[in-house]
Amino acid sequence: MNNLNETLIPKVGVITDVRIDTPDIKTFRVVTTDGEKAFDHRPGQCAMLSVPGVGEAMFSITSSPTNEEYMEFSIKKCGCVTDWLHQAEKGQQITIRGPYGKPFPVDDVFAGKDLLFIAGGVGLAPLRSVINYCRHYRDRYGKIDIVYGSRSKDDLLDYQEIIEEWQKDEGVNVYLTIDNPQEGWDGHVGFVPNYVKELSFDTNKVAVICGPPIMIKFTLDGLCDIGFDKTDVYTTLELRMKCGVGKCGRCNVGAKYVCKDGPVFRCDELEELPDEY
Amino acid sequence: MRKCSLDKLDLLLGEIAKSNELYLPVDDSDGSAVYKKWEKGTALSDALNTVRSPKDFFFPQTENLMEFKMQGKNIEIIDTRSELEDFVIFGVRACDVKSFEILDRVFLSEPVDSYYAMRRSHGVIISLACTRPAETCFCKTFGIDPASPSGDISAWKTESEIFFEANNEKGEALLSSLGALLQDCDNEAVEAQKAKINAIMDKLPLKNLTTEGFGGGKTAELFDDPHWAELSEACLGCGTCTFVCPTCQCYDIKDFNTGNGVIRFRCWDSCMYSDFTKMAHGNNRLTQKERFRQRFMHKLVYYPENNDGLFSCVGCGRCLAKCPISMNIVKVMKTIGGDKGE
Amino acid sequence: MQKITRDVLIDKASALLSDGTVSCVLGWKKGEFDYDVTPAVFTTHDELIKDFVFSDFCGANFSKYLVSKTKNIEGRILVFLKPCDTYSFNQLLTEHRFDREKVYAVGIPCEGMADISKVRAISGEGIASIDTSGDKMLVTTLYDDEPVEIAPCDFLAERCINCKSKKHVAFDELIGEDGDVIDSNRFDEVARLESLTPDERFAFWQNELSRCIRCNACRDACPACTCEKCVFDNPASGIENKSPANEFEEKLFHIIRAYHVAGRCTDCGECSRVCPQNIPLHLLNRKFIKDMNDFYGEYQAGAEVGMRAPLVDYTTEDLEPGEVFDRRDTDA
Repeated sequence: MNNLNETLIPKVGVITDVRIDTPDIKTFRVVTTDGEKAFDHRPGQCAMLSVPGVGEAMFSITSSPTNEEYMEFSIKKCGCVTDWLHQAEKGQQITIRGPYGKPFPVDDVFAGKDLLFIAGGVGLAPLRSVINYCRHYRDRYGKIDIVYGSRSKDDLLDYQEIIEEWQKDEGVNVYLTIDNPQEGWDGHVGFVPNYVKELSFDTNKVAVICGPPIMIKFTLDGLCDIGFDKTDVYTTLELRMKCGVGKCGRCNVGAKYVCKDGPVFRCDELEELPDEY
Repeated sequence: MRKCSLDKLDLLLGEIAKSNELYLPVDDSDGSAVYKKWEKGTALSDALNTVRSPKDFFFPQTENLMEFKMQGKNIEIIDTRSELEDFVIFGVRACDVKSFEILDRVFLSEPVDSYYAMRRSHGVIISLACTRPAETCFCKTFGIDPASPSGDISAWKTESEIFFEANNEKGEALLSSLGALLQDCDNEAVEAQKAKINAIMDKLPLKNLTTEGFGGGKTAELFDDPHWAELSEACLGCGTCTFVCPTCQCYDIKDFNTGNGVIRFRCWDSCMYSDFTKMAHGNNRLTQKERFRQRFMHKLVYYPENNDGLFSCVGCGRCLAKCPISMNIVKVMKTIGGDKGE
Repeated sequence: MQKITRDVLIDKASALLSDGTVSCVLGWKKGEFDYDVTPAVFTTHDELIKDFVFSDFCGANFSKYLVSKTKNIEGRILVFLKPCDTYSFNQLLTEHRFDREKVYAVGIPCEGMADISKVRAISGEGIASIDTSGDKMLVTTLYDDEPVEIAPCDFLAERCINCKSKKHVAFDELIGEDGDVIDSNRFDEVARLESLTPDERFAFWQNELSRCIRCNACRDACPACTCEKCVFDNPASGIENKSPANEFEEKLFHIIRAYHVAGRCTDCGECSRVCPQNIPLHLLNRKFIKDMNDFYGEYQAGAEVGMRAPLVDYTTEDLEPGEVFDRRDTDA
């Protein structure tokens, strides 16, 4: 664990592997200089990665806590820190601190339930940690449905893992979709919220949504239309963060700090917060 | 209770400064008061308060957090802090002493901010009761008594004498170390002084300002109040209110490349600034109305919700005096939350 | 000269509202005390009667507000402009920062505005009331029932003591008689600083700028600072900073800002008025104005719409860069 007294001082991390996932998403494998995991975490928690001189930013931990060797971060190229990371090679050192935020309630609320994961684009990154955690402890959960969509086939994150592992698991159903028809794609075409409605899941399950704000909004509306209760739907938020520990004052929505009280929120809790996220 | 005559104050300050760095409000070249380190001949300012609040002592405008040395692909992290000596802040007003409690709840709650904690543990606070409150004062609204300031030691100044009372062991140790410069006394003069201050408090124009209608759990009621638009209409979006405020504690963490390594430092930030919540892919507070609302909702609703009803304002009046367009928390409190009348 | 009263301005505003000339009015809203007025937009006669004020504390330069307030409005906005404000008004028009057709400008005479910190220095803390209706200001405090009389020379803001013009260079309508450009002493303090040795001058600015808390009020109030995105707010600029990493950077901010507004600064003095730390920032800008006057001939930014400032207007008579460099020695 990170020394709580020195929460702003990070550890040195080493990038031991870089995987190109999509044209703008890469997955980085990170360990400490001793070759170990930097710290333990729970599914849904985040870490602050930084490149000294470039900046520090919060990323969700993509790998499952059950992976005891390393952590993975799937990072989309969209700003100073991420641009820099995308140019980094194996062996590059960065800094890492965490874990931050409240995890998904995988051991209580999720236990014994059927689970529905819905992700759009890079929104699969935070869910991959939970999905792999639930796959690892397969007997603790009911049926697992995963709906995942992206702009195109090339933009689907973790495609190999989905095809080679997730789809082959018993009791796990993966529904992939892309926004527009594409050569070499014989799967579903269409936006995630519509696809979720078409699939018309039974509502006796817990749903988790992650993706762009607009996708979350429409998907949540869709789930409610088919009879889901907001108390059974979870999502994760992303706002600008600096400290990660609820002190620097910028990631609050109402009285809640996304870094400390989130990033995981139950949708009915979210509804009580002011519309400022 | 102990006392010292005012003409011996200089000797007393000198004695304190022998074993601790001593800071006190002094008159600056521009006519306003500022906390400065005591040197021989430094006189305590008569001003009601300093423009910059004493939060600087524990949460400075800029502070280095760490240094990075980079070589090839490798990074070395260096904690550049050195151990602090004890220091004494003399002449802190009741409102500002209260602000430390508000900051403590942020920085000393888990996980503790060790930078703040270190400064805080080395600071000894000698508060000073107000003698001439200004029209901009409204500390009573937040339950603060300017005649009975807290701190490690409380002090009262009369025409000819200054009185001290230790409030804890730290304060007692300091007072005891001053030996013969202080004489034991009863509290008659101090009680008279308190009565005098309280009589003035009853004449202050903002004496009836109330926190009624604010506090935790009021978000839904106040967030969409139609008055936020008009209140924020002329806001310049500068950081004056946040930077002179003793309780504003938002910060940014930034890197500075010295050419010989990278210094990561923390500096004050302001929720009034346009880039405060700006991310690579968007901003959840796009206009000044939202930023303005955030500042006051935080002080009057969000902070109390997370801190047992304690408001994040001490009524010091600095923002009233310094806002370039004279918009401030008093006007907000009188306007937001239904028809408050005149 | 008879002082302009609140009633005269309300009558004018109400008349222009009711005959449809304007749809709203940019004016001053009364505050908690007699001096803390806030710029505000009024749309009805009743709103004006309720909250509009005009006093010696209405010093804010409204020109810059027109950049935002003329956007998305139906009809025109009425703005009251003091003579010095009209220079900023013209300069903003020169830079195409707002649509002239959206504005109805009423020029109001000005005998100088008060600086509350000067008032406070004389009256003491605890101001209970301020009467600005007469020639002298009458201030009562919580500590004295007898009002303190303060003469204009003691309460006027520095920029008003050194007023450069009582003449309105832009207006649709004037209230009262127009004044003249004044031969002010505004460059005296600059000349004094020039006469110091470089070390003394450095010490002067070191002391002044060391008080800066980087609140950006000077920039945010400045009518010449109307960039959509300031370099100091832009993380991609490489110089974005909320706070100095060292002393050098603090000076850098103010010096860069002075360069950015050089030739466009009308010397309205808002930067110094809003500075919570009382830094005489206007002196930096005045130094530039004085130098440009010396090098290129007298030039007053905003005197007319469409003028080309010396620094963006090449003529064959222009000073050679070397001459400016040589001047450095005599300067010191």
